[in-house]
Amino acid sequence: MTIVVENLKHTYSPGSPEESLALNGVSFEVADGESLGIIGHTGSGKTTLLQHLNGLLKPDSGTITVNGTVITGDAEKEDVLMVRKKVGFVFQYPEYQLFEETVEKDVAFGPRNLELPEEEIKRRVRWALEMVGLDYDDIKDDSPFNLSGGQKRRVAIAGVIAMEPEVLILDEPTAGLDPKAHDDILAMIGDIHKKTGNINILVSHNMNDVTRFCDKILVMDRGQKVLYGTPGEVFSETEKLLAMGLDLPDGAHIAHRLRKEGMDLPDDILTIDQLEREILKAKGRE
Amino acid sequence: MSKFIEIQDLIFAYTDESGMAKCNAIDNVSFTVEKGSFLAVIGKNGSGKSTLAKNINALLLPTSGTVLVGGFSTKDEDHTWDIRQRAGMVFQNPDNQIVSAIVEDDVAFGPENLGIEPEVIRERVDRALENVNMGAYKKKAPHLLSGGQKQRIAIAGAVAMRPECIIFDEPTAMLDPSGRREVLDIIEELHKDGITIILITHFMEEAARAERIIVMDDGKIEMDGSPKDIFEDTEKIRALSLDVPPATELAGRLRAKGIDMGEIVVDEDDLIDRLTGSGK
Repeated sequence: MTIVVENLKHTYSPGSPEESLALNGVSFEVADGESLGIIGHTGSGKTTLLQHLNGLLKPDSGTITVNGTVITGDAEKEDVLMVRKKVGFVFQYPEYQLFEETVEKDVAFGPRNLELPEEEIKRRVRWALEMVGLDYDDIKDDSPFNLSGGQKRRVAIAGVIAMEPEVLILDEPTAGLDPKAHDDILAMIGDIHKKTGNINILVSHNMNDVTRFCDKILVMDRGQKVLYGTPGEVFSETEKLLAMGLDLPDGAHIAHRLRKEGMDLPDDILTIDQLEREILKAKGRE
Repeated sequence: MSKFIEIQDLIFAYTDESGMAKCNAIDNVSFTVEKGSFLAVIGKNGSGKSTLAKNINALLLPTSGTVLVGGFSTKDEDHTWDIRQRAGMVFQNPDNQIVSAIVEDDVAFGPENLGIEPEVIRERVDRALENVNMGAYKKKAPHLLSGGQKQRIAIAGAVAMRPECIIFDEPTAMLDPSGRREVLDIIEELHKDGITIILITHFMEEAARAERIIVMDDGKIEMDGSPKDIFEDTEKIRALSLDVPPATELAGRLRAKGIDMGEIVVDEDDLIDRLTGSGK
């Protein structure tokens, strides 16, 4: 599975006084098995971009090619539907979309809509719950509404995974969680990515999360791709990121401040772990 | 200092469809909040933080025990509006709190409901928008603003009520980094202006900016103290599904490796000082 996005443009309310160019010539590629992070301030075009990736919005111009099939422009309706089945979308606060009486029924909802045989649905529900770190036998009969915040979110993500998507898009999957649930959910997403080998796309305001989890990071600003590269490459552009209203991961942020006060530290520090090692080295030299 | 909020033996239980009480969301909690202070409330998801906040501004009423706000009991319905005017609330999602199509109308909504003279409302709205640095946007449509700007409009709406206290329930959870910074700075400014602040948050570095932290767990107060007291006990904080701020984490690790870091660090500025000797 690969995704190629070329020169994507999208205008909201064209011809009206509120016309706004939400995407202005965005191009990038996601390689098979890659994990891509998308960051950018509110209104930078992240969500508009995501909505194009699963065919919810159509671009004014430009193309999206998923595994060799073009899904934009004059694409066949079947091709767009095919892509929608392959691209799983975990929206913000997905637990608000839980609605069934039991966890099992809720997770089975998607596969059942695919009109799969009953045996296959059962297998998928069991597998999806296992993937999100829940015990099928323990939890299948529970009401999703009686679970903790972190567990609800897991069940909601299981509902998407049970569709066996080949691309998993997650919009702010850790927002509103306590620190432990936050870490647990992020580790779980990393596990799912490792086990399935699928493309993962993570949209986040949390610079630590994209650093920890993503191979590549795409930075959006005013509808354009302004930076793209590995976390190390992207977060070395400190001044640019701060000017765009973004931030650095904790380790890079503190290192940046220490450097300003004259401490001699290398440029490529991202995490607290790396910063700890470098400070110890710097202090050892004193 | 006088006490603005006095909570005594508060128990609150949500009820199910048949009116039966479920387990206690707030389980026998007592504490007071000094006028003009800055309190952060932290705790894992479902620990009772938001339920506590809603009990303070009379959106929820005690199952037993009492909540006094500015001397009024929340159970006394004659004073519900006095309480809500004195203790404003700002929620997580700004989109759910904005009611008007023009920024200044939105901010005026609360004072208009109090039946205040139009000239006075005009002055209050202008002041409130200046307080949150949004004066230039008063004629704009809220939906064209960024998340941080919208949240500042929601805060201006609370400020225009001239409250003595504002309760913020995870006000930065949905914001981008610059939006978070904007909102946190405004909260600190309001505190400096003498408003009592209660900040519920999952961001430990935000809680570290308060004067006092209450840690909730399972409907009870598990810890209560200064940020330094709270974050000193890293093990206990982690056992409660929480964490310490990044600066505290790093200082702790360096101390363990034999670097002289002095007493516990909760503030990033302190960390930078201790490591570089700057600022002192």
